Amino acid sequence: MTKNTYRSGPDIEGRFGKFGGRFVAETLMPLILDLEKAYEASKNDPSFTREFDDLLSEFVGRPSPLYFAERLTEQLGGAKIYFKREELNHTGAHKINNCIGQILLARRMGKDRIIAETGAGQHGVATATVCARFGMKCVVYMGEKDIERQKPNVFRMKLLGAEVVPVTCGSQSLKDAMNEAMRDWVANVDDTFYIIGTAAGPHPYPELVRDFQCVIGNETREQIMTKEGRLPDSLVACVGGGSNAIGLFHPFLDDDIDMYGVEAAGHGVDTDKHAASLTGGKPGVLHGNRTYLLMDDDGQIEEAHSISAGLDYPGIGPEHSWLHEAGRVKYVPVTDGEALKAFQLCTELEGIIPALESAHAIAYVMQLAPTLPTDHIMVMNLSGRGDKDIFTVAKALGAEI
Amino acid sequence: MSVKRIEQKFADLKKQGRSALVTFTTAGDPDYETALNILNGLPAAGADIIELGMPFSDPMADGPAIQEASIRALSGGMTVIKTLQMVQDFRAQDQTTPIILMGYYNPIYIYGVDKFLADALATGVDGLIIVDLPPEEDVELAIPAKAVGMGCIHLATPTSDEARLDQILKNATGFLYYVSIAGITGTREPDLGPVKAAVDMIKNRADLPVAVGFGIKTPENVRAFAKIADAVVVGSAIVNIITDNIDQEGLANPELGSRVHDFVKTLSLRVGKI
Repeated sequence: MTKNTYRSGPDIEGRFGKFGGRFVAETLMPLILDLEKAYEASKNDPSFTREFDDLLSEFVGRPSPLYFAERLTEQLGGAKIYFKREELNHTGAHKINNCIGQILLARRMGKDRIIAETGAGQHGVATATVCARFGMKCVVYMGEKDIERQKPNVFRMKLLGAEVVPVTCGSQSLKDAMNEAMRDWVANVDDTFYIIGTAAGPHPYPELVRDFQCVIGNETREQIMTKEGRLPDSLVACVGGGSNAIGLFHPFLDDDIDMYGVEAAGHGVDTDKHAASLTGGKPGVLHGNRTYLLMDDDGQIEEAHSISAGLDYPGIGPEHSWLHEAGRVKYVPVTDGEALKAFQLCTELEGIIPALESAHAIAYVMQLAPTLPTDHIMVMNLSGRGDKDIFTVAKALGAEI
Repeated sequence: MSVKRIEQKFADLKKQGRSALVTFTTAGDPDYETALNILNGLPAAGADIIELGMPFSDPMADGPAIQEASIRALSGGMTVIKTLQMVQDFRAQDQTTPIILMGYYNPIYIYGVDKFLADALATGVDGLIIVDLPPEEDVELAIPAKAVGMGCIHLATPTSDEARLDQILKNATGFLYYVSIAGITGTREPDLGPVKAAVDMIKNRADLPVAVGFGIKTPENVRAFAKIADAVVVGSAIVNIITDNIDQEGLANPELGSRVHDFVKTLSLRVGKI
């Protein structure tokens, strides 16, 4: 008998409760079944795990530190706050953990052409990086609007040898980049592997991306035991697709720990400019999975808005939808303005410039920590660094660079 | 009516000893009136079966032509209800040409599967082709559709091997749609040889008629593929005519409908024509 656990999903149909699944064109079905087989085999192959672990330590620079944010803790005057420093990884975010895992799968499956979608460019850069490292051809789809607002990352990808294809259809942002990547995949089934950047898409992607990102939570568990001799009381992470959050949360789901996923509320969840799919959306089917989505009454997907390009997506990973309905994780909205304030506070107090995505998590820590006692231990995932965002922040603050 | 209208049509064509021409246009493209006018004239122009696209914001399996058609229709205010209304308007003057709705699952899921099936049957829809529902997800729509007599047209592709074909055929009714290329609509042209081999493989396993589509653009293509399949689908090439006959404000040229019909006449497989 299986014990009562939040960690056993997905089932054999690729579902977390009613969420997830395999809503893809028939052309892609044999490919994702092959991927599922290859992934299952890799799990039982010690040489795969060894190579993954070696690359994470030697190429990515893991483990990432669990850092006591002393001045922020003092300033907020409540819970003791730790940052899981994913922004110190090679390429500056958690995205690389997943890319290492997926490119090893691609090689195992004999594929030598990699495609990816990207919003802010962090996943594109991480994908281009592993492609350079493994000598594979790399094509990254990116909305024309995002190419315009993330020029440094576009140039980085090109330096790494990737072809960056502008996507001009639809809203020209992340969801359209994903549509275009799927069109490429359907037309290049023989040699192409699609490295999806978040814990979403058709089964087995939500599962395998989560598993590759679980290194975040697994390390956190060991590190906090060393530092505090006990598990934390709460975890906080931002959620777009939700890969950094699920990577931190999943290893702790069966422990008595409060968890908060922070969604991008843009101009506010009561406006039409936000990206909070759990707070402001409803269940639907897009990009291979059933999950919460932003849409109109007729089932047409709506454009998301967030100051953070990495959270600017109208959906969320299916496991988060399930954890939301199960009540295991609390999902809360943070606006552009709140994230900007948190961005500044973290930079000034801790000497760390956070990604705007991670600044959403910090903003919620700022709300929550002061209400908690000083012996409450809180771990927040500092999922990415903010160098890429300085132009956006300068513009929002009315400064000139 | 239901899947019976599709079965009747293929039975009639079998007696005539020829294959079906299937046309695709998007409901509401470029506007309701023009799209209905196009629809109404299609049977006389040579369409034996009509596929009507249900516009969707994120048409992942479609090339640029049908993507743009979807955007035009949605920006003109097209909805699921209006798509069903259009079928009803068409049915007022044609009771024999099967209409298949083609699209993506989310608008149907949001409308409510059971309500959608009831309303679609009531307005005269005969079958559904939903691109992002592979046989693994038959429980979502195909099985409930089959139960009420709505045709569930499944897709088979160059990546479907024999084991998958059996799985695809399990809940397939009306006909089977063989996607002739691994790719999106309206892009590269399929080769006859491999498509024939695939169609033969399907025919060996099932009694269902087989339609071939994706990348078929010209009268020559249509005639060539009609020799190896029970039906030939033309979509993007027709949609391109619509694209070419609207101005920058999205307004339709008054000749648009007749230009579409003239093109469909060149594709027609009716006796006396070829």
